[in-house]
Amino acid sequence: MSAVSDGPALDGLPAQSTGVAAPRPSGLLRGQLPGGLTVLLIAPLLALLAFAFFAPILRILAASVLEPRPGLSNYARLLSQPLYMDVIIRTLWISGACTALALLLGYPVAVLMARTRGGWATVIAACVLVPLWTSTLVRSYAWILLLDRNGILNGLMSKAGLISQPIDMLYGNAAVLMAMTHMLMPFVILPIYSALQSIAPELGQAATNLGAGPVRRFWSVTLPLSLPGVSAGCLLVFVMALGFYVTPALLGGPKTLMIATLISQQATELLNWPFAGAISGVLLALSLGIAVTFKRWLDLGRVVAHD
Amino acid sequence: MTDRLFRTLCVAILVFLIAPTLLIVPVSFSAGSEFRFPPPGLSLQWYRTFLADDDWVDATLFSLGNAVLTAGLATVVGAAASLALVRGRMPGKALLEALLLAPLIVPPIVLAIGVYLQFAPLGLIGSRLGFILVHTALAVPYVVLVVSAALQRLPPSLEMAGLNLGASRIRCFREITLPLVWPAMLAGSVFAFLASFDETVVSFFISGIEHKAVTRKMFEDIEFSISPVIAAASTLFVAASIALMLLAGAARAAARKRTAA
Repeated sequence: MSAVSDGPALDGLPAQSTGVAAPRPSGLLRGQLPGGLTVLLIAPLLALLAFAFFAPILRILAASVLEPRPGLSNYARLLSQPLYMDVIIRTLWISGACTALALLLGYPVAVLMARTRGGWATVIAACVLVPLWTSTLVRSYAWILLLDRNGILNGLMSKAGLISQPIDMLYGNAAVLMAMTHMLMPFVILPIYSALQSIAPELGQAATNLGAGPVRRFWSVTLPLSLPGVSAGCLLVFVMALGFYVTPALLGGPKTLMIATLISQQATELLNWPFAGAISGVLLALSLGIAVTFKRWLDLGRVVAHD
Repeated sequence: MTDRLFRTLCVAILVFLIAPTLLIVPVSFSAGSEFRFPPPGLSLQWYRTFLADDDWVDATLFSLGNAVLTAGLATVVGAAASLALVRGRMPGKALLEALLLAPLIVPPIVLAIGVYLQFAPLGLIGSRLGFILVHTALAVPYVVLVVSAALQRLPPSLEMAGLNLGASRIRCFREITLPLVWPAMLAGSVFAFLASFDETVVSFFISGIEHKAVTRKMFEDIEFSISPVIAAASTLFVAASIALMLLAGAARAAARKRTAA
């Protein structure tokens, strides 16, 4: 951006035409803060993040390459043992399946939310937002109440005569996948809803006037215009699912170890912090790699500060 | 016909979304001596158990204190940083923004074990200061996103007019900027409060024997049994969260109205 184009042209002519070097536009004129004040305002937060966020992460990553001896031995061990590779692959497929399910179940809800007005709109919004405002810990507990051997679903099914023996539904991949999909669905519904809301209603009207039926209107107008919301929601869900800890730890068993639960197991049960650090390095590389690669799609403001 | 099918499908999905959270409520009011569904009768016994249990009460109070202080700190440093990001002049703004939002993307377990290693030698495990520092790092992105959005909607010409009329920068901030963006700051502080109170993974690792976060207490209890006292605690926490989020929603609606130019 050139200084000239931003500069005030008080006489109605571009400053350049006077032949005099244009003065650097003062930031004050655009309501900007001076540089020194800017630094002063942001410094406390940067200092806090450096101490309580970035330093701890660098520390665990440093441990992964320096202990027990400098080198990549922790990473070599992680990548060479099928047991650990299985955990990484399971995490990837559970996260992928969770994203697909959340999209499949969330898209219709977003469509309904965007087209409903009045009292029902409040009910739908409550169904989407109340789970979002409930901690994953509380919701994991709720899923245990539902799926336990003596839990709600087994009770209802035996009362209805559907089963004679309680079924074990907890501690398997299915329980973890279902509960995680439930936890992450609001994160795909909200961005899609926001994208659908910004579609001008005239577009649908125009399609109808041109003879498109409801199906064609969906495929050629609604769906393509909602894709920014779909990509933002799916990315967010996939990245969050990769690092999910509470739900797999409480609802999963030894056979459903995911990357985050493996990290915790190595650190707290086996006290192998450097190896936990190496697994953390891989998880961090996956999450940040995806977030940075698709930065353009990942619109965090759309979810957190959705208007 | 297809519309009816679509609606039925949506209702089923909405039930899937809301039912697990709602089921906690009847369980918490159970009159039974252990978890049973449907409850054999209604009573307040599990709420009384919760309030009479020092472990639960201490952990809840400790977490509440952490959440209040985190909300305060995150709002102040987050709003200051938002001012710098939206109104300031500095190089590398895009990179800074990405760094400030990183806590939303980094998996909490990675931070948790890093913080444990970092804090243990400093004696910050199980300390209020340790909790507040990490929770502020995790909560600040919410404040920055909400307050930046409000500042972006606020035309700088208002502040410039104040400066032109001879007001100092501090006076301009106090009399022009602050009255227009405080609802956004209030909403941000509610988000920060809940981010701290509900935070489970880092809290699990940095809880001490004496000072235990309520999420760690709950996590351990769930692993041990599914007693309805956990449902009573959950119901209280969910009700409080809903009330707070409605407050934040009202504040943000007010913020949009004020800053809409």
